Amino acid sequence: MTAMKLDSEEEDILGGKLGPLPQQALQHQKAVGEFFGAADFVPVTQAHIMADTESLGEAGVRWLEGLAAIAEGQQQVRIPTITDPRGTDFAKAASLGQTQGMLDLERRAISAFTRLGVVMTDTCINYQTIQAPIRNEHVAFGDTGVVIYSNSVCGALSNFEGGPSALAAGLTGRTPRYGFHLAEHRRATLHVRVEFTPTSLNEWGALGAVIGRLAANYWAVPAIEGIVRTPKSDELKHFGAAMASFGSTALFHVVGLTPEAGKLSDVASAGLPQHRVERADIEAFQASYRADDGVDVVVFSAPQLSLYELRDLAAICRGRHFAVPLLAVTSPQVKPDSDRMGYTESIEEAGGTVLAGMCFYQSYAREIAEANGWKRLATNSAKLVNILGGYGYQPILASMEACVDAAVTGRLS
Amino acid sequence: MMANSRTFRARQAMGHTVRGRALVAHDGFSARYDLDRIAGTFSRPGHKLAGRSYVGKILVLDTAKGGVATAWMLHEMKSRGVVPLALVLNSVNPILAQGAALADLPMLAGFDEDITAAIPDGAEVELNPQMRTLLIVG
Repeated sequence: MTAMKLDSEEEDILGGKLGPLPQQALQHQKAVGEFFGAADFVPVTQAHIMADTESLGEAGVRWLEGLAAIAEGQQQVRIPTITDPRGTDFAKAASLGQTQGMLDLERRAISAFTRLGVVMTDTCINYQTIQAPIRNEHVAFGDTGVVIYSNSVCGALSNFEGGPSALAAGLTGRTPRYGFHLAEHRRATLHVRVEFTPTSLNEWGALGAVIGRLAANYWAVPAIEGIVRTPKSDELKHFGAAMASFGSTALFHVVGLTPEAGKLSDVASAGLPQHRVERADIEAFQASYRADDGVDVVVFSAPQLSLYELRDLAAICRGRHFAVPLLAVTSPQVKPDSDRMGYTESIEEAGGTVLAGMCFYQSYAREIAEANGWKRLATNSAKLVNILGGYGYQPILASMEACVDAAVTGRLS
Repeated sequence: MMANSRTFRARQAMGHTVRGRALVAHDGFSARYDLDRIAGTFSRPGHKLAGRSYVGKILVLDTAKGGVATAWMLHEMKSRGVVPLALVLNSVNPILAQGAALADLPMLAGFDEDITAAIPDGAEVELNPQMRTLLIVG
């Protein structure tokens, strides 16, 4: 194992001259960097931390509180450091069936992060709502959907940074230079010709899922051809989030669209493995989740909804009356606009609930299923159907319109 | 058995030496997607280890899957003692490395052959990160 090359500031940090907080953070980063053979560190401009308390548990929150106690009177995060969704919307926690213990743990985590100087944005769509990274910007982002969008659509450079590593990057202002910080790892490793351009968000997610399964590895990079129109941000959001979820994929190129792939040869060498994806593959993927037509709950989440998605949802909720719960989850930045534009009112008058600052699968999904008797869950998010199987749900992937219809009748037609 | 004398060398390693029983499958690994972390079992329907306990086992799997939550979850699982003894994979993503580092969980990754085909399920193995070796001992 080759030791990483350190500059003088990094030597000082490791030697404890800047205090125990950055020292501990850099030790963690060095262990990860050396595991992957990183030659050195690279400065980063932003960090984004996934840290829902279902993942942290009591142990993780205590660990954060320990760091926060050290942070008193010391330099805290040194670059803008923001958060992924929390595990609840405090205003709606009771209706979800969450317990006081869950909320107390959330409050403790928030307090610790705040004392560390972290900005509680609570969003997984920061590239739509806070500040999108620009091409060649090195960042340390958590949430796989954020990373794949930032790498692929924005042309920024990030690995998947789990919560502890993203926080470490915030505290040191750098991250180990390996993986997608290096040009050689950003070249395509497989070529995918798409014979079908989706028209709905669930189809974009399904296409991302199918390509993710073909890639099937963090280090695989698909180069995609055949998309016949320019997708919208929300479409690429679902496409990327599903690909990252099913494939652990962190970067894709769409030839002629994404910034590094003006033409195929910019990102791909000759002789790559070739794949073809057709409409039948997308239909088969969606059908594989259709075990039962009955629906206990409808969820729009993962990723959080943009203002445009809420506008579309509100339009098809107007004048409807839901027989089963319908949850729509957005970011704290979008929610006030949704309220102001009347979208929230349209959804909630029909019997739905608009939640903010959380994500469904990060909010004790197993426990709220048991509390509410939810098993058969309809959604237009391919990422969500992938995750929830392990939580005991029977998820169904369908269009936004079909999901809203199911909320009215309790059945998917 | 010839397999009992074999040593496998990894390209990537972290942690301390452990010995234990291998739980093997050619399938992926994500703490959030695949596990019932309270029961200590694989819970994802369709996972090749569905229903089996991972507690105290040396997990031998193909590749890291899914999202970033594993970076926290291994630490949380270890705090309750409902955790694998170590991780061995053909390939890992940064999240598994970050999570293993936080949880101080031994891990090996990157072999010249498919490690899930080379290690019999239930074999006694020794994992030595300093030497980057995995040894079948029984």
